[in-house]
Amino acid sequence: MARIVGIDLGTTNSLVAYMDKGTPRVIAGRNERNIVPSVVAITDNGLIVGDPAKEHLTRNPERTVYSVKRFMGKGLADVQGELAYFPYSLTEQGGVIRIKLGEKTYSPPQISAMILRELKQRAEAHLGESITKAVITVPAYFNDSQRQATKDAGMIAGLEVLRIINEPTAASLAYGLQEKTQGTIAVYDFGGGTFDISILKLKNGIFEVLATNGDTHLGGDDLDRQVGDLFLAEIRTRHGIDLSAHPDHMQAIRLESERAKIRLSDELKIQVSVELPDNKGRFTRELTRDQLESLIMDIIDRTLGPCRMALKDAGLTPIEIDEVLLVGGSTRMPLVRQRVQELFGKTPHCELNPDEVVALGAAVQADILSGGTTDMLLLDVTPLSLGIETMGGVMSSLIRRNTTIPASAKEMFTTYVDGQTGVDIHILQGERELAKDNRSLGRFRLKVPPLPAGVPRIEVTFLIDANGILNVKASDMRTGQSQSIEVRPSYGLSGNEVERMIEDSFKFAAKDVNARKLIEARLDAAALITTTEKFLGEGSHLIPQEEVAAVRAALSALATAKDGNDPRAIRASMADLEQAAKSLTVAMLDDSLKRGLQGKKLSEIT
Amino acid sequence: MDHHHTHGTNSRELQMARSMCWHCQSEVSGEYFCERCVKVQPVSKDLDYFTCMGFPRRLTIDLRQLETKFYELSRAFHPDFFQNKSEEEQTISLGNSAMLNTAYRMLRDPIQRAEYLLDLEAGAVKEIRTSPPADLFEEILELQDTLDEYRATDRTSETGRQLRTKLLAEQHTLEQRKRSMETQLQQLFTDWDALQDRGEANSQTRVERDRLLKQMREILSNRAYVKNIVNDLVATIA
Ligand SMILES: Nc1ncnc2c1ncn2[C@@H]1O[C@H](COP(=O)(O)OP(=O)(O)OP(=O)(O)O)[C@@H](O)[C@H]1O
Repeated sequence: MARIVGIDLGTTNSLVAYMDKGTPRVIAGRNERNIVPSVVAITDNGLIVGDPAKEHLTRNPERTVYSVKRFMGKGLADVQGELAYFPYSLTEQGGVIRIKLGEKTYSPPQISAMILRELKQRAEAHLGESITKAVITVPAYFNDSQRQATKDAGMIAGLEVLRIINEPTAASLAYGLQEKTQGTIAVYDFGGGTFDISILKLKNGIFEVLATNGDTHLGGDDLDRQVGDLFLAEIRTRHGIDLSAHPDHMQAIRLESERAKIRLSDELKIQVSVELPDNKGRFTRELTRDQLESLIMDIIDRTLGPCRMALKDAGLTPIEIDEVLLVGGSTRMPLVRQRVQELFGKTPHCELNPDEVVALGAAVQADILSGGTTDMLLLDVTPLSLGIETMGGVMSSLIRRNTTIPASAKEMFTTYVDGQTGVDIHILQGERELAKDNRSLGRFRLKVPPLPAGVPRIEVTFLIDANGILNVKASDMRTGQSQSIEVRPSYGLSGNEVERMIEDSFKFAAKDVNARKLIEARLDAAALITTTEKFLGEGSHLIPQEEVAAVRAALSALATAKDGNDPRAIRASMADLEQAAKSLTVAMLDDSLKRGLQGKKLSEIT
Repeated sequence: MDHHHTHGTNSRELQMARSMCWHCQSEVSGEYFCERCVKVQPVSKDLDYFTCMGFPRRLTIDLRQLETKFYELSRAFHPDFFQNKSEEEQTISLGNSAMLNTAYRMLRDPIQRAEYLLDLEAGAVKEIRTSPPADLFEEILELQDTLDEYRATDRTSETGRQLRTKLLAEQHTLEQRKRSMETQLQQLFTDWDALQDRGEANSQTRVERDRLLKQMREILSNRAYVKNIVNDLVATIA
C-alpha cells in the first residue's frame, strides 16, 4: 500500500510526519525547519507558502492569509466580531466564507489546500516518492462542517484523506507509543487557535476516549490580541496615532505581541519596540510577565470550564487522572502550566515537543491504517450531540456527545398529509434545547411515495464514521428500497464546487511551480553573486584585466535577471556568469591549494 | 420502533444457522469471520446486544469482562483495520463497529441495560412518566411551587437565600430517594437473574417473572422521573 503521511494542519503552524521503521519523524523543509507557518501570500508572481510568506505579512498584508483555520466550515456571521483584526477582506457565498485577495476570492479549504500542498511537496522531496494519501488532524471539538472542510482541503490539494483524527488523541498515540502507559490520561491541548481537552483510558494498546470538550475559538491568537489591543490603546494616547488605518503596522503589532508573549514564557521582563508610521519614531515599552499574565488570565481561565465538563462526562474526578499531557505551543506558558497543575493536582508532562507531538501521532495513525502498527487502536468519540429539528423548533438528539465512533442511530419517518411526497429534515449539532441555538449542519428532503398519511415508513440511518463525519442513508421499510440522500450543507462547499476547486488547483499548481522555481533561482543567484564578488575582491590580480571586466558584466546581467520574474532567465545568466568566471574560479582554487587547502570542495572554501 | 426485538429465540437461531457468507457462500453460523475465506460477516440486525457481545441475558454483568470483550471485538471490527480491504468489507466493518459501540454503551450502564432487557423480554416500549409517582405526589408538587417561587425572586435577597437552602435540602432528599430505588432495583436484578438461571418454565415461575418485570418497570420509570426533576432543580439553582 502506498505510503500515508500524517499532517498537523494548525492555525499557526503545520507539519508533516511519517513513520520511519517504527518511529514517527517530522519532515523538515529545505530550510531545515520542521514547521511550516500556516501563512499563504498571493503575490503577483504567484503563490508563496510558509516562512517566506511570513515576510509578506507586513509587506503585503491585504494579500497574505494567516489563521485560515479559524474560518474553516464557517459562515461570515460566525466571525463577525473579529473581522476588524484581519487585514484581508472577507465575504460569503453559499454559506461559506470567501477570502478576497486581489482579483480573486478563495474559500478557506482552498487556502488550507495551499498549505497542504506545500507539506505534500516537502514529503515528496524527502521521501523521493509521490504522496497521495494522508491522515490529517483537527481539533477534537471541530464540528461536522469543520471536519468536512478539512477533508475538502485535502482533496483540493490532491490528497486522499484516509482519516481525520483529533489532535489531542493523536498526541496521546505519540505519547503512548513512547511510554507504553496504562491508566487514565488527560490531554490538554492549547494551540494557536483552538483549545481541546480529551480524557482517555489507555489499556493494552487500546486508546479509548472517555470524553472530550473544548472551544474551537480559543488559542494563542486571542492572547496576542489582548496584548496587541493594549499596545494600540497606548499608541493612541501616547502618540495620537490610530493604527487601524495602517494594515502593515497592525500586522507588525500583532507579530510583536506574539513575540513578546513567547519571550515572557522564559523571561520576566522584556522590551517591546515597534515602528510607527509616517516617520513618527518608535513605540517602546517594557512588559513584565506579571503584566502579561493579568492581561490574559481570563482567557486562560476559560479553558478550565471545558476541562471540568469533560471530567464530569467521563465520570471522573481530577484525582482519578493518572497523567496530564500538555500539547500545543501555548502550553509553554508558565501560567497555563500552573492552572493545569492546580486543576488536576499533578505536574503535567511536557517531555514531548508540544509543537510536534500531534504530527507524530498522525504518523502513528497513518501507520495503523497502512497495517504497519497493529497493536494500537484509537477509539474516539463524537464531541457534539447530533440531532434533528422536530416540531416547534426543538432539537431531538439522536447521537449524544461523547458517544464512541463509529456511531449510528435510526429514525423512522412518516407523513402527516395524504399524498405527501417529501419530508424535509434539518440536521443539527450541539447541546442546546432549541434548534436555532445549535449548529445547523445541513438539510435534505426524503422522498416518499404518495400514500395516505401515516402509511409510508422511511427509516433514516444517521451514521457518524471514524472521522467524526456524518453519513445519511434512507430506506423505505415497505419496499426495502434504499434511497441516496444528498445533504445540502449549511456551511460547506457543494460536491460540484469542490470538484471545480480541484481542477483550479491543478492549474494553479503550474503557476506555483513557477513561483517556487523563481524563489529558488533567486536564492541561488544571490549566493553565486556573493561568491563571485568575494573572488573578485580577493583574486582579480590572478586573471587578465579584460576577463575581470567580463566577469563584472556578467555579474550585473545576473543582478538584473534576478530582479525579473523569469526563473529560466536567471538560470541562464547564472550559467553565463559561471562561464565568464571560470578561470577566476580555477585560479582561486589553485591559489588556495597552494595555501594548503587540499581536498576541500569549492563550496567549503567560500 | 425496532420490531426485530419481538422475534423469539428460536426463529433467531434458525436464521443464524441458515446464514451464508456474503463472499464465498459457505455456511456461517454466528461467527463474525467466515471460516473458509476469513472475510468479516455483518452482525445480524436480529441479534440482541447481549448475544452480539457473547453474554447471557442477565441483569448483572461483570464490567471487566464486558470491557475485555468490547476491546477484543473492536480490534476485530474497527475500520482502521479494513483500510486495505474491499469496499464491501469496509462497509461491514463500519456497520459492525457502530453496532458494537451501541451494544457496549447499552450494556455498560446497569439502568440502560435493564431498560433494554425489559424491552426485549416484554416487547414493549419504555414507559415515560408525565406525572409524579403516587408516593411522591405531594412532595413533588410542593417542590414545583418552590422552584417557581425561586425563579421569580431575586436570588441575592433573604427570601432567595432561604428558598435556595430549602431547594438544596430537597435535592438531597430526592437523591437519597433515587439511591434507594437503585438499591431496590439491584435486588430485583439479582432475583431476575436467579430465576433465569433456574431455567424452569412452569406457571409459578411465569407469575414470578411477570411480577419482577412489572416491579422493575415501575421503579425504572419512577427513577427516571426523579432524575429529571433533580436535573431540573440543579439547573435552576446553578
Ligand atoms: N514559548 C511560548 N510561549 C507562549 N506561547 C507560545 C510559545 N511558543 C509558541 N506559542 C504559541 O503557540 C501557538 C502555536 O501553537 P501550535 O503550533 O501548537 O498551534 P497550532 O497547531 O498552529 O494551532 P491549533 O492546534 O490551535 O490549530 C501560537 O499562538 C504561539 O504564539
